[in-house]
Amino acid sequence: MSDIDEGLRKELQRQGVWVTSMQELYNWGRKNSIWPLQFGLACCAIEMIATAASRYDIARFGGEVFRPSPRQADLMIVAGTVTKKMAPQIVRLYNQMPDPKYVISMGACAISGGPFKQGYNVLKGIDRYIPVDVYIPGCPPRPEALLHAFMELQRKIDSQRLTGANKAEHLDPAEPSEFPVPSFGEHDLEPPANREVFQPPKIERS
Amino acid sequence: MEALEQVKSRIEAAVPGVKIDIVQNPGPANQPSLLIDNEHAPAIAQFLRDDPALRFDFCSNVTGVDWLDRTVKKTVKVKKSIDGEEKEVTETTEEHFPGYLEAVYHLYSMTQKHGPVVIRMRTPNRADGARLPSLTPIWRSAELQEREIFDLYGIRFEGHPDLRRILMWDEFVDHPMRKDYREPDDYEYEPTPHDDVLERTKQHYPARPQLDGAEEITATDLH
Amino acid sequence: MNVALEGEIVRRLKPVFGYLHRNHEKIGENATYLSSMPYTDRLDYFCSMTNNWAYALSVEKLAGIEVPERAEYLRVILAELTRLQNHASLLGFLLNDMGAWGTPLMYAFREREKILDLFESLSGSRMMCDYMRFGGCRCDTPPGWMEYARKLVDAFPRFIEELEKLVVGNEVVIARTQNVGKLSAELAINAGITGPMLRACGVNYDLRKVDGYGFYPRFKFRIPLGEHGDTYDRLMMRVLEMRESVVILKQAFEQIQDGPIMNPKVKIRAFRPPVGEAYGRIEAPKGELGFYLISDGGTNPYRYRVRPPSFINLTVLEDLNLNPHPY
Repeated sequence: MSDIDEGLRKELQRQGVWVTSMQELYNWGRKNSIWPLQFGLACCAIEMIATAASRYDIARFGGEVFRPSPRQADLMIVAGTVTKKMAPQIVRLYNQMPDPKYVISMGACAISGGPFKQGYNVLKGIDRYIPVDVYIPGCPPRPEALLHAFMELQRKIDSQRLTGANKAEHLDPAEPSEFPVPSFGEHDLEPPANREVFQPPKIERS
Repeated sequence: MEALEQVKSRIEAAVPGVKIDIVQNPGPANQPSLLIDNEHAPAIAQFLRDDPALRFDFCSNVTGVDWLDRTVKKTVKVKKSIDGEEKEVTETTEEHFPGYLEAVYHLYSMTQKHGPVVIRMRTPNRADGARLPSLTPIWRSAELQEREIFDLYGIRFEGHPDLRRILMWDEFVDHPMRKDYREPDDYEYEPTPHDDVLERTKQHYPARPQLDGAEEITATDLH
Repeated sequence: MNVALEGEIVRRLKPVFGYLHRNHEKIGENATYLSSMPYTDRLDYFCSMTNNWAYALSVEKLAGIEVPERAEYLRVILAELTRLQNHASLLGFLLNDMGAWGTPLMYAFREREKILDLFESLSGSRMMCDYMRFGGCRCDTPPGWMEYARKLVDAFPRFIEELEKLVVGNEVVIARTQNVGKLSAELAINAGITGPMLRACGVNYDLRKVDGYGFYPRFKFRIPLGEHGDTYDRLMMRVLEMRESVVILKQAFEQIQDGPIMNPKVKIRAFRPPVGEAYGRIEAPKGELGFYLISDGGTNPYRYRVRPPSFINLTVLEDLNLNPHPY
């Protein structure tokens, strides 16, 4: 996403002058050094490891630096079934990550509970508590799918604006960066979903 | 290995006052089990583990089973004389079996390489906190599995060293593996192949006159 | 884990479970026998094939189903391939956790991907194969599959040697694993430890020999046993078991014949086994994996219980940590 006139830029490039904007340079740096948070929840985590390992090699996209600490991570890959017992910890980890932060919801379970949706201990989608940027379906998604999600996220980062009315969310002080951690109730998590984050599409059954 | 009847008579000889029934297994697996009385269970387990011919030193699998209350209806044709006239009358008798919780142990022998012998214990009723003796002092492999049964079925194992919830959180009050457990309804509408989920999500949304096919899958009567 | 430490010495340790409790058993009781099969893939997601087999074996016991010869051979081949990739990845992960960040895991995953390619070309999915059915297997091998598998297995000992050279004599590995986490044979038996962890304590108990399920009695192979029951022995068990798996696989490739792969009498869709119960178990790469099924004659099992190997192996986690540390 460039605000510079493409024709002018090409013309200058021909003269040996490379022109960029602060925003472009900043986003270019950010999108090519996404540091994911190193944690896995279930089967999808193994595919995440496979993505990082020899054949698929996420290092080609600058995402190989898995950080074991949320304070150093930019990206949370929710890889696997989020159980209700685990959900508060995930939200807490998300809260501990510094802005800007992104979430990839990997696999059917992290999206909606997937095949385990009926389970009494399975959270029906991590987007009930934290905002999600990219969803990848699959059970588990192939490493290629995770790479695709990664590229989608790079595209998103590339398009984020630093200034102006429609600037990126993390630059807006009014946007929340932390979300309430659910507590363990007698029958379920309380609350069962954060209504400020989770607004499922009302499907009109006309 | 000896036949199960022999094992049973050996236990009866070794542990005085014990009461053991053989629960038949009608299926092709043909693996009958021993129903032991709760009072003597630790002594029986000790005998099974230490007897040199049996040596069931490996307790592989421990699990709970929830048997609901059952009512069996029987229709019998009876000949009755009504007003001096012989008539055939069908009579329906209802027999009520109270439900119970059951703990099942699968025992093998690593030294003798035989098995399994299946032993089961039953609680008198399905009340929360129904008690059974713990066999963890005999086989430590039962430690985590008995905790699991306590968590999911609500059987209290007396003599267990550390009886806490294991899979669910401590604040949880239900026992989710019981047959009459209803999980919290937190579904949103989405087309899903799970009939049960679909039925419940339908309640949140008014019915649509034109079905798109996904809703036409209905839960069938199971039995 | 809740751990009480004194300096670096563990005084008490209580593992906390349930963070991946996905209600398999409850879902299995509400699903038909066939629809539980894909769920078994996700029990131990490294070894979907052996999970399938354990479940198929239990249902076959429950209903008294025969399996055709080719299917039995295919099951052995797939189970042993699963064992190879599981053990290879395990070594990678162990070294990863010991500080050899990345490299051994890369070696292991390079080999694992080759085996996953085989699974994918056979079943359509890399990890969640959902391949076996009660009464046989879902589909026959595609053309050229056996040749590729044979080549892979022939080349596998080279990888084992490479990994062994890296690991076995490594000073750091020896210092950090020998005499660490010692487990006695008596405790291991009493606590229901199974699989390589049990055999590392020197107890000769492998269900492939003891139960002789499948066609394992037809193969000649040895059961490696450890002596000390420490972490190093457990590590070496994996290396040695990989070698034995290669031996089994080579024999299976020699013996397998063409034939049907599914028992035609079994109607897997409207499947209603007779009333009864059965407990079937196999030697999964991590230990004894059992399924306990109670049928009330309906389409769903009345009770569907999984006997997981790793969960029960964790019974002794505290004992392993409390043992005197060599330093």
